[in-house]
Amino acid sequence: MITRRTLLAGSAASLLAGCDKLTDSDSFRGILRSAEGLTMRAQRLVSDRQALAREFGQADISPIFRSNGTSMPASEAYRLLAAGAFTDWRLAVDGLVRRPLSLSIDQIRRMPRQTQITRHDCVEGWSAIGKWTGVPLHLILDAAGLRQEARYIVFHCADTFGDRPYYESIDLIDAFHPQTILAWALNDRYLQIPNGAPLRLRVERQLGYKQAKYLMRIEARDSLAGLWDGKGGFWEDSNDYEWYAGI
Amino acid sequence: MATVARSNQPDAAPAEGADRRERPLVKRHRLSTRIWHWINALTVFLMLMSGLMIFNAHPRLYWGQYGANFDQAWLEIGSTADAGFLRVGSLRVATTGVLGYRARADGSVNRRAFPGWATIPSDYSLSAGRRWHLAFAWVLALGLIAYWIASLINRHAWRDLLPRPAELAPRHLWQEIKDHARLRFPTGAAALNYNTLQKLSYFGVVFVLLPLLVLTGLAMSPGMDAAWSWLIDLSGGRQSARSIHFICAMGIAAFILVHLIMVVLAGPVNEIRSMITGRYRLPAEREPRP
Repeated sequence: MITRRTLLAGSAASLLAGCDKLTDSDSFRGILRSAEGLTMRAQRLVSDRQALAREFGQADISPIFRSNGTSMPASEAYRLLAAGAFTDWRLAVDGLVRRPLSLSIDQIRRMPRQTQITRHDCVEGWSAIGKWTGVPLHLILDAAGLRQEARYIVFHCADTFGDRPYYESIDLIDAFHPQTILAWALNDRYLQIPNGAPLRLRVERQLGYKQAKYLMRIEARDSLAGLWDGKGGFWEDSNDYEWYAGI
Repeated sequence: MATVARSNQPDAAPAEGADRRERPLVKRHRLSTRIWHWINALTVFLMLMSGLMIFNAHPRLYWGQYGANFDQAWLEIGSTADAGFLRVGSLRVATTGVLGYRARADGSVNRRAFPGWATIPSDYSLSAGRRWHLAFAWVLALGLIAYWIASLINRHAWRDLLPRPAELAPRHLWQEIKDHARLRFPTGAAALNYNTLQKLSYFGVVFVLLPLLVLTGLAMSPGMDAAWSWLIDLSGGRQSARSIHFICAMGIAAFILVHLIMVVLAGPVNEIRSMITGRYRLPAEREPRP
């Protein structure tokens, strides 16, 4: 006999099974994904291009700024760079630029610096507040001279997951945002390895996985297609996380 | 067209058989209310269950601007070697089998905070949970705004949902609580109006819980925090926003539970029909007590 209870439990179970089926269906995933573009356009519509992320005071800094993802890149090449205090490390700036650059960490630390105490929001839900010091990204992009066709800035990293290197990308709105910096210090110390030494991205209006660590190369591109799976980042490619991580 | 279809058939129940009772079928719920109700019936479930998936990614809640693993959580769902627990402040409750620790039939153990039957998708995927949540958040928020506009224009909010001062008097409230506890629901024409407890809960959901959920949801967005920095101040920080978001979601879950129980107790066929067709059969007047 079908009781009300088994009917309820049965319909709840089929609802859940239906949701799992929909989650796995490419066309339905496409519908869900369309919300990402809607969210990005809506957020951009209501925010000033230059709208600043909240900056906090010294007293608001998290006692421990936890590390997440990679805490030590596995490659021998990175290990050697770290052993040499990154004196042999170079940041390549190339792609759609007029003057490709190769910058040492000392050169970057001598560039105009900017310090900001901001909140880092992990996609998992936790937040940590830290004091970042680095060079505004737009200074480096201006020095390299972006070409007209450039639409995206891609950050190639030293850490790998399986056979794939970590990478991330942002568009020019975020690349030229006044708080977007390449940070070489956290809480008044040179960046430590778990937090992305020697240089990481801070793009303060997006979630943690956009804040690429262990930067090796910055590439200006006209499209994200053709780069790995074409979704603009390691987590975007591998796990269908949103490319626009403003929410 | 008559909005009230009267049925003058004698009620089957009365044995003493004296009076013919009228139990007219009356219009009760507006189209806007019905549409919104059924959209939400689906959306709220999807939001709650995908929200629990997102919570599972970091099953700890904090107050203030920041909060991560090394900081003090006021709520935590976790597990020890062989047991699950829920901790709220210093209160710790064993939840083995439900929260934090579930032994599977094959002997393996699932240590996720909320079990698969409560989350969308049922297997752990933060990214898929986020896709569901951030897509249906649009449905929830736009539906809420549309309903607000409709019920301000047709005065539903003030006429039917906002409790009147006299209804909030302690004596009156206490009487209603007693009636509710004894399951003595209003009958006849009085059943057409929401009673005060209903008004308080519907008003609370529509004008307190749902907007708070939307605002604290937005306050967790780093993009929105830059656009509307008042969101951070309103919620007291991103981690407070996350806590309030969770508490309000549990409030919605509790509301749904009570709501469903009351629908069953008040006569599910009549109640569900009234939310589909808009028409509701007035309950018969209660027999006067001897």
